[in-house]
Amino acid sequence: MNIFVCVKQVPDTETKITPTSDGSFIETASIKWIMNPYDEYAVEQALLIKQANAAANITVLRVGSVKDTEALRTAMAMGADEASLVEAGDNLDSYSIAKALKGAIEKTGKKPDMILAGKQAIDDDALQVPQILAEMMGLPSVSVIVGFELAGTTVKVKREVEGGALEVYEINGPCVLATNKGLNTPRYASLPGIMKAKKKPLAQLSLADVGVSEADRRVKYSQFRLPPEKPAGKKFDAMDAAKQKEVVAQVVGLLRTEAKII
Amino acid sequence: MANVLVFTELHDGKVKPVTLEILGKLAGNTADIAVMGDIGADQVAELAKNGAANVHKLKGANLDKYSPEGYANALSEFIKSKNYDYVFGGATSMGKDLLPRLATKFQAGLASDVTNFTMDGGTFAGTRPFFAGKCLAKVEITGPKPHFVSIRPNALGLTANATAGAGAVSDTNANAGEIRAVIKEIIKAASTKVDLTEANIIVSGGRAMKNAENFKILNELADVIGATVGASRAAVDSGFAPHAMQVGQTGKTVSPSLYIACGISGAIQHLAGMRTSKVIVAINTDPDAPIFTRADYGIVGDLFTIVPILTEEFKKLLGK
Repeated sequence: MNIFVCVKQVPDTETKITPTSDGSFIETASIKWIMNPYDEYAVEQALLIKQANAAANITVLRVGSVKDTEALRTAMAMGADEASLVEAGDNLDSYSIAKALKGAIEKTGKKPDMILAGKQAIDDDALQVPQILAEMMGLPSVSVIVGFELAGTTVKVKREVEGGALEVYEINGPCVLATNKGLNTPRYASLPGIMKAKKKPLAQLSLADVGVSEADRRVKYSQFRLPPEKPAGKKFDAMDAAKQKEVVAQVVGLLRTEAKII
Repeated sequence: MANVLVFTELHDGKVKPVTLEILGKLAGNTADIAVMGDIGADQVAELAKNGAANVHKLKGANLDKYSPEGYANALSEFIKSKNYDYVFGGATSMGKDLLPRLATKFQAGLASDVTNFTMDGGTFAGTRPFFAGKCLAKVEITGPKPHFVSIRPNALGLTANATAGAGAVSDTNANAGEIRAVIKEIIKAASTKVDLTEANIIVSGGRAMKNAENFKILNELADVIGATVGASRAAVDSGFAPHAMQVGQTGKTVSPSLYIACGISGAIQHLAGMRTSKVIVAINTDPDAPIFTRADYGIVGDLFTIVPILTEEFKKLLGK
């Protein structure tokens, strides 16, 4: 069973974001890169499948800059067998990334039985790549999955929708699944795992190798800028029990008369 | 002037508000509506009032319930029979899943989760957040048409003086095609409240809630003001609330009219997820908590005493 896991490398959630002076993207020099948190659930799900099916092999894929190979090394330290990195600049659009992932999968010569990816990456939050990849590869897909059961070649997944309701899907055969938090508990890479990961194969490809060019771009992002700052608000001290009722009544009053919100 | 199709979803038979937000913003262009199945006359009237020219009802086998393949197949066949420059939809659970697949059937681009846009000369140019709103960027679409756009609910707002359209209703035979990801069952949510991403008011609890049981006081407040209850990552990771309730960079990005943060310190990743709320009220015992830098109205106090008083004051104000 050939499992592919698509991961992205993103700035840590605590990162302070600074747009470049020309607004073409953000300053990336001093960023701490991590594996996109939603992708950790995809890697873990692949490892759980492999635990139950020793013949399964896991290839991790990433499209992005080579500043750091943290995300791929982490995935291999967790237990993935091999990796492919398609070198690309920052600020690529989802369509180009999906096409590059498809090309990278084809380059391995392995026919995918399952493709897993995080439901979205916390940099552009586009929530597009898994579905585009599925359509490009002619495969069914389910996104935002929080439940997973595999029996033979049939997979049953739960997709989380508005308000926490769940849609239960059944798929027989190859598919693309996009994972959400809550699906499983991703393991930490062990020290032996980290040592072993250094020896695992990591193929490096260019965008040209996987048949992607600037002509594949569908969405252009520019004028990166900080959002306008809000003026300072009003702060009331209500630590003193005697003042609490008065303060709360005042705030509720302001919500009606000043903010006109309720 | 562009020829636009807006895909609308119904919730309990009513058009999702994001559709009306989109229609208002499209004034000056020709905007048609596509909906799956039937739609009530009152809803058609509402769409027409906001500018809908034609309302196309797509009907066919296996389209009663959403499935990514079924809806994408049916809509792509319909869109191919028309001549639209743009296809818009809400960045809802369904829109986020469906529109990338649909756009790819046309090898076309999708600008997703857009929070504002213009259509100067019939060409789309939008703004969307990056890094959960820590920064913004301009977004444009290139390549084959139609171009696809998904709009974040609550971001555009409703246009007060929308230009009315004809609202001419017609049926279209639609074909779901082959569906391999088959929907077997829908498990209803415990809460019937509107989702966080579409909520007009949100009451959120953080680590200071101490346990899941204490969320009861937030639910009571929420019931009085018609709010949906959310939680910070700290509260979710501590097991006080499910992930579906998480607001922030690794949860849901929200933009309600009113956001009430209770016992939330305001980690950068939480602030990113709720910073576009129109009015923010924060309750925290720590006067230096970062949440106060974003709050319009900050109350330095203990949420366990403040929230019940707040509930009582709102009851009085709303005459409940």
